[in-house]
Amino acid sequence: MFPSRIWRESKHRYRLEAGKCTKCGKVVFPYRLICPVCGHREFEKVILPETGKLLTYSIIRVAPSQFTDQAPYAIGIAELENGVRLLAQVADCEVDDIKVGMDVRIEFRRVQTDSHHGVLSYGYKFVPKWY
Amino acid sequence: MRDVAVVGVGMTKFGEVWEKSLRDLFVEAALAAIDDAGVDHVDYMTVGCMTSGLFVGQEHLASLMADYLGQKHLGACRVESACASGGLAFRTAFTEIASGMSDIVLAGGVEKMTDISGDGATYALAAAADQEYEVFHGATFPGLYALMAVAHMEKYGTTREMLSAVSVKNHNNGSMNPYAQYPFKVTREQVESSVMVASPLRILDCSPITDGGAAVILTTVDIAKKLGKPFIRVIGSGVATDAIALHSRDDLTTLKATKVAAEKAFKMAGKTIKDVDFAEVHDCFTIAEIVVSESLGLFEPGKAGEAVLKGETGLDGSFPINTSGGLKSKGHPVGATGVAQIIELVKQLRGEAENGRQLKTDPRIGMTQNMGGSGGSTLVHILEVG
Repeated sequence: MFPSRIWRESKHRYRLEAGKCTKCGKVVFPYRLICPVCGHREFEKVILPETGKLLTYSIIRVAPSQFTDQAPYAIGIAELENGVRLLAQVADCEVDDIKVGMDVRIEFRRVQTDSHHGVLSYGYKFVPKWY
Repeated sequence: MRDVAVVGVGMTKFGEVWEKSLRDLFVEAALAAIDDAGVDHVDYMTVGCMTSGLFVGQEHLASLMADYLGQKHLGACRVESACASGGLAFRTAFTEIASGMSDIVLAGGVEKMTDISGDGATYALAAAADQEYEVFHGATFPGLYALMAVAHMEKYGTTREMLSAVSVKNHNNGSMNPYAQYPFKVTREQVESSVMVASPLRILDCSPITDGGAAVILTTVDIAKKLGKPFIRVIGSGVATDAIALHSRDDLTTLKATKVAAEKAFKMAGKTIKDVDFAEVHDCFTIAEIVVSESLGLFEPGKAGEAVLKGETGLDGSFPINTSGGLKSKGHPVGATGVAQIIELVKQLRGEAENGRQLKTDPRIGMTQNMGGSGGSTLVHILEVG
């Protein structure tokens, strides 16, 4: 993976920066140039809340090559407190303990290692809120 | 707009076809379709293919295929909409004729998926998902459909047994299809003891990795009548898109692009779902067939699983789905799938489906639903006996 591709996304992945439409208030993550709800083109920068609820999940047992050393691992979609939904891995718990509706928190973690270029990629993962 | 008809169909046997290349698969299917139609030339060609570049390193397919089809200067284009590339190739050919631009058009689809390792194929297919916000985090296609399955089970009480019933039904149908990759029956026990891929989806919930080509010939209804053979009318065509990232959609248990594409196709045809006799839908995973049949309006949300269990969508049911065996049993060469669905409709409407899977009800109207990725694009077509 080319470093510039990772660098471009860093404001989202490292700092959870999102855009809030200055007209209708829709929060988009990642940034967009035009609001998908009202068509407005101005956004103010907001930071995503770090807690939410897990809407659905799956335990991945057959993984793509850059994740084979992590399998089995869980992915899930969570809805944050402001209504924004994200997909990320669910970490720091036994996969059998994951439940729909459970409270999660976002933490900064290493996501993958690209063995070809040796580039480490960081970003967010969900962890159980009690952890 | 001119009235459009399908006058010829042809496909390769689907499977792991070591001896045939990307171009062999396409040309074999195209020649079969041309021979079936009995036309002496085509004016234009569309080639549906998802990612020949990642699978075999070959792009620029329209020209390559035209050359190997012996049509060096033919007007041709390649179209891509992930796993809906075949459906989009058909739609593009339809508009080419309806608009008056061309009179006889070949719509083909192809994918050569086994010249690469399993990891490589998983990577190539994942290119149909959001690379930065899904694939980056380790999401796979079985994983994304698994997220839909868990949400559907949670909301509607859909069960493991209902998912298995889709696989058992489609393998039963596919066991009668000589073109199917896996033409054998499976039992509920076999499905539920097969290897887990992405919970709750097991390997027998998943469509396979497949090599294959499929092609059809379209023309105007006027020319079809002159050819003097039975023809099938294309009465409705609908296409719609949605966010490709599953988490960016409001409802994880409905496929909105499918709903909208179907509404467009029904509006063009002047029909409703009640007028349709059977369907080929995009069962890339067992849960997909359940969610799709609800999104098409065939069943109330949450009721499709029960209908499958009761046999309502079986060969002898009130609304047969995937008489070909679907993607599950027939195989899923991604770019060819949407065209192969049209071929099954044409066979059923002509009364030519092989080996006892021909519907006994004298079907008059059928529909296809072909989708890309986790539902980010969808094509719906409605065909009627001419």
